[in-house]
Amino acid sequence: MVNYIWIFLILIGIFFSLLTGNFDTINNSILTNGKEGFDIVISILPIIVLWTGIMKIAEDSGLLKKFANFVQPILSRLFPTVPKDNPALGYIASNIAANMMGLGSAATPFGLKAMKELQKINKEKDTASVAMITFLVLNTAGVTIVPTTVLALRIAHNSANPSEIIIPGVIATFCSSLGGLLLDYFIRRRNK
Amino acid sequence: MNLLSKIIIPLFVVIVIFYGFKNKINVYDSFLAGAKEGLSITLNIFPAIIAMVFAINIFLDSHFIYFLLNAFKDILNTLNIPIEIMPMALLRPVSGTASLAIMNDIFIQYGPDSYLGRLASILQGCTDTTIYVLALYFSSIGIKKIRYSLGVGLFADLVGIITAFLLTMLLF
Repeated sequence: MVNYIWIFLILIGIFFSLLTGNFDTINNSILTNGKEGFDIVISILPIIVLWTGIMKIAEDSGLLKKFANFVQPILSRLFPTVPKDNPALGYIASNIAANMMGLGSAATPFGLKAMKELQKINKEKDTASVAMITFLVLNTAGVTIVPTTVLALRIAHNSANPSEIIIPGVIATFCSSLGGLLLDYFIRRRNK
Repeated sequence: MNLLSKIIIPLFVVIVIFYGFKNKINVYDSFLAGAKEGLSITLNIFPAIIAMVFAINIFLDSHFIYFLLNAFKDILNTLNIPIEIMPMALLRPVSGTASLAIMNDIFIQYGPDSYLGRLASILQGCTDTTIYVLALYFSSIGIKKIRYSLGVGLFADLVGIITAFLLTMLLF
């Protein structure tokens, strides 16, 4: 699937550029693209390394398990296939909590660790498990309560009331998460 | 809320380290073990990031999306959907920086307190870079068959976009 998206994006992009005569733009884009990807990796690398380090302390000391137990009543309903004391639940909860606070860059390491833990209990290693899909739906629905970047930009552009978008934002984010989870639930039930 | 988001990280670090100390584990060694794992996680996603940025930028730079929107201009007009917001809504699942750049343009042109400015703000917060996140997370653990996840993820974004439209019309 990612394969088709990749092919689609590249072919459409190049053909359309050639059709519209944008030779310079597309040449430039292809040649300088690698640098941008590299910059992204370099900018997230220290954050991921640092936070997986800190979270390892929490895992080894039992704090993560405690946290997982605390949120377990809610999460085990969403993730019935994950065993109750699995560290994946702790990482999933940490990822969602970080996303809610608008700490996107802190959320990524937790998310990647959660996927790694979910892969350990996945039976078919090349196929996404139902737990992974539910987690990613929750993640990509963008459960954000404090959209830090948006607030910063609104303040920078002299908004009279920068935080007025928080409440409607929370409602919208709630609706999109609920919509995604419901669809996910129905597909899971039909597939059974 | 602002203060809360500012103290949450330092507080979190203190709690984690103190709890580890209290339970008599070697905090420093645990950190190093975790950091090493983080390094290999990042190295695993390195190729996927390069690949996705490559494809996404070629797609964005071709301006295909504006061509597409021009073709549907009349339909959007009759549905009362402002065309200025559409590039942002369409690009959001693919690239966070691209949609943020469009939001910035909208703020400059119409102001953050305009209908479009508010709509863009809500939209940016309630959706995520679904395609990018899926590619990144799945490739980090070697998943090839992603099943129905993309459909559900994009559906959630669509629900968010529609809710954002309705709320901006109703509330402001």
